[in-house]
Amino acid sequence: MIHDSAFTDPARERRIFAGRLFVTAVGITVLAIVIIVRYVDLQINRHQNFATHSDNNRVHVRPAAPSRGLIYDRNGELLADNRPTYNLTIVRERSKSLDELLGTIGDLIEISDDDIKRFTKRLKRRKPFQQTPLKFNLTEQERGILAVNGFRLNGAEITARLTRFYPNRELFAHVVGYVGRINERETQNIDSIAYSGTDSIGKIGIEKYYENQLLGKVGSEHVETNARGRVMRILDSVGATPGDSLTMHLDSRLQRVAYEAFEGERGALVAIDVKTGGILSLVSAPSYDPNLFVSGISQKNYDALINSSDRPMFDRAIRGQYPPGSTIKPLFGLIGLHNNTITMDYTINDPGYFFMEGIERPWRDHNSKRGGHGRGVDLAEAIIESCDVYFYKMSVKTGIDLLSSYSEMFGLGSVTGIDLPGERPGIMPSRVWKQGARQEAWFNGDTINVSIGQGFMLTTPLQLAVMSARIASKGKMVTPQLVQSVNGVPIVPEAMAADIEIKPEYWDYVHKAMRDVVHSPRGTAKGISKGLDYEIAGKTGTAQVISIDAEEEYDSSKIDKRNWDHALFVAFAPVDDPQIAIGLIVENGEHGSSAAAPIARQVIDAYMKSRPVQTTQVMVAAPGAEDDVTKVAQ
Amino acid sequence: MYRDDFVRRIHSPGGDRRGSRSMHLDIPLLVILAVICLTGLFVLYSASGQSLYLVKRQAVFMLFGFIAMITVAQFPVRFWERWAIVFYIGGLLALVAVMFYGVGAKGAQRWLDLGVTRVQPSELMKVAVPMMVSSFLGKRYIPPSFQHIFISLVLILLPVLLIVDQPDLGTAILVFTSGFFVLFLAGLGKRYLLSTFLLVMAAIPTLWVFVMRDYQKQRVLTLLSPEDDKLGAGWNIIQSTTAIGSGGLAGKGWMQGTQSQLNFLPESHTDFIIAVLAEEFGLIGVLALCIAYFLFVGRCMLIALNSQSQFGRLIAGSLSLTFFIYIFVNMSMVSGILPVVGVPLPLISYGGTSVVALFLGFGILMAISTEPKRIRMDL
Repeated sequence: MIHDSAFTDPARERRIFAGRLFVTAVGITVLAIVIIVRYVDLQINRHQNFATHSDNNRVHVRPAAPSRGLIYDRNGELLADNRPTYNLTIVRERSKSLDELLGTIGDLIEISDDDIKRFTKRLKRRKPFQQTPLKFNLTEQERGILAVNGFRLNGAEITARLTRFYPNRELFAHVVGYVGRINERETQNIDSIAYSGTDSIGKIGIEKYYENQLLGKVGSEHVETNARGRVMRILDSVGATPGDSLTMHLDSRLQRVAYEAFEGERGALVAIDVKTGGILSLVSAPSYDPNLFVSGISQKNYDALINSSDRPMFDRAIRGQYPPGSTIKPLFGLIGLHNNTITMDYTINDPGYFFMEGIERPWRDHNSKRGGHGRGVDLAEAIIESCDVYFYKMSVKTGIDLLSSYSEMFGLGSVTGIDLPGERPGIMPSRVWKQGARQEAWFNGDTINVSIGQGFMLTTPLQLAVMSARIASKGKMVTPQLVQSVNGVPIVPEAMAADIEIKPEYWDYVHKAMRDVVHSPRGTAKGISKGLDYEIAGKTGTAQVISIDAEEEYDSSKIDKRNWDHALFVAFAPVDDPQIAIGLIVENGEHGSSAAAPIARQVIDAYMKSRPVQTTQVMVAAPGAEDDVTKVAQ
Repeated sequence: MYRDDFVRRIHSPGGDRRGSRSMHLDIPLLVILAVICLTGLFVLYSASGQSLYLVKRQAVFMLFGFIAMITVAQFPVRFWERWAIVFYIGGLLALVAVMFYGVGAKGAQRWLDLGVTRVQPSELMKVAVPMMVSSFLGKRYIPPSFQHIFISLVLILLPVLLIVDQPDLGTAILVFTSGFFVLFLAGLGKRYLLSTFLLVMAAIPTLWVFVMRDYQKQRVLTLLSPEDDKLGAGWNIIQSTTAIGSGGLAGKGWMQGTQSQLNFLPESHTDFIIAVLAEEFGLIGVLALCIAYFLFVGRCMLIALNSQSQFGRLIAGSLSLTFFIYIFVNMSMVSGILPVVGVPLPLISYGGTSVVALFLGFGILMAISTEPKRIRMDL
């Protein structure tokens, strides 16, 4: 349409608009009438039909709950099972008087006040006509009594359903996690149809991370009910599809050895299969029984867990952030060698302290008696005897930028990407980090603190294990992974970055130094070498919990045990062909050598014993053993 | 009509209207709005299975919406006319962000996670697009020339295509409609109307083959014969019509609807909430709500008619029409006239962004309705 007037004509524009608005008003009225006619038709003309459909014809579709996927360890041992349990449920609308009904039931079987309390709480949240559980896990006797008296218990029903059960109890609580009742917040985020047959959902751990796989697909049942709502017969049904079963890399024998090794201590251990990145064991001690949560934990039990000063619910392995202490030294040494800021021949003189230019306060060597490690300390000796002054000096030469960027390649300072929810990233400090977190410039003093894994630096036990595995594999991007296969289909995690290229002689040098930590008579972890028929490489560490003045001597007898140093240890074995790598911490364990290293030895021993064949032998093994080969060598 | 209006206001300056005018509030609009919102919360309580949590959240959204509306109303209409382009571009960027950083559920990526809450930029485009087109055409002669029509269509289609890509066909169609209403109200020529109609007709098979996902096709097929698929996609329609029909004239009473309370009705607190209302309050309830909506839309159209500026007329007209379309589409899909497209019932269905977006639109309507009248040369 061509505009024929060069002048605006407001009156004409208003006329056009009013005309158009009138047309739409007519349109709106017509459409409104269409809707109203439709609703009148449905609600008046066809009301009888629909009313019958809704009321008298009690053919209902009800969901059929899928059974949740099972979880196995690498040897096929069940970590999470479903067991049939019988619960007593009440439909309030179908009982004449709720109090009377509860009274009658109370006379027949034992109902605790706690049961009643939780029942009333659930009653408030339920939908009308919904079955509300009163008592879980009825015994056979209780079921018998209730069945016999069924005629006077209108509104009460015994319902059978599969309930999650964790046979290993506290052993895998921090890995497998647990399921619990769906709460109101979760109701908002889930597909209500998919969950229509299910009242529990993965809350933490693998149960949460793999919720979609484990859930399964809901089925449906066409049922006819009587006027009281009791099911008379099932007309037809579409079966539910069970959830996928998961096979973990975890080895429950190893897990048990590791957990028991922590007896009475607080701490965490992560063991990784160096070849695959599969997590062999992930322990956080103390732990708790996940079965408590499955059908609702009682307030008393919950308070006990929450208020315990040992914090059993806290997953130290992936959420605990600790200074790595000296366990970081082999890595920093490697970074120095690779960047030529030190060489294998470079030595220092260690008088037992270190002065930084312009700073009055000295940095002490924590790992020597007064007098230091003396002259001619090279990198190997600095690792074997854990000489701090060597690393003070090399860190100043190397600078925080290289230390920080290379450490990140080894998995520090960011989440490792393990298939568990809630992992913490730790802190790998850098100039950028400090500017962001503290609005301060980076000082050389900060670098010196970081050089022995103190200062701002924080790592999780999982990160230590990953670092150890990447050192053990000479730079392979080992990516931690808990689930090995879903319904038998293997999951191979994608490496997050390219492998780390460092000269072979540097790797060998650092491996040898870590071996000597355990096997040299001067090594800080020589205590665990007794009776070894293979070789372990490791590094001890001690992390300060409270700061001790440089001039003062750390003396545990003067300090409360909760403020004792944390003991750490990283390790891999066997040295010539690393299979397993470990990172572990014992909170307030004081010395990596005495508190942490023996635990690693026990776990590695168990691993070496349980392995079916040595890899070197596998290479020439008969074709029949091929399955084992792939398992071990992949 | 505007002349009478003008004369009346000149001769009765002040009076009881003065307070509300200076606050930039349109009292009739406010009253109807409050009635609908309260009704919505009541129905929601029943529809969500007595979830106070949801009702509280919805009430907070509504409160937030009210504040946003009153704030928007305080700015002069010219401000919104000038700033329309900024909101429009902001909305476009948000849609692009959704493409890359969006989160979503059930295969569609529609949300931006802002930490505190999640927003759905496509909902906000329901206001931003008509504002942009109104602002563009407001400065130009109407009926619009070919060139202006072309630019307007580009302005509309850019966000629409981004929304189709999410995929969210329902919202995309509504955003397109809201922009197209502006063109229509601006006096889009009959030839263009006819060609648009033909284009839409031609587009339907194209959409069917290339754009629509299987689940969307399923919904259309289901509408044609719900009985074929009783347990699957036909379930929603059978259950919702049963709920509506069994409500009868007076309904089963608040929280007594067996269809909705027994969990037969899917999405009962969001898209299908009208079925709960129809079941529990009967035809009387439905008609009462329709009357409230009708009054509301009527009031909005009156505001459009009396607006001082071209921009005001176009945006007010488009917003009132779009509002009506939401109601129509929702009530039709639940009662089985239209396929299920996922359009919430305005102010009654649960959903934060949609409530806030609606209130933003009402804020602009209030700003227009309380604009000071200019003395016109021809009077």
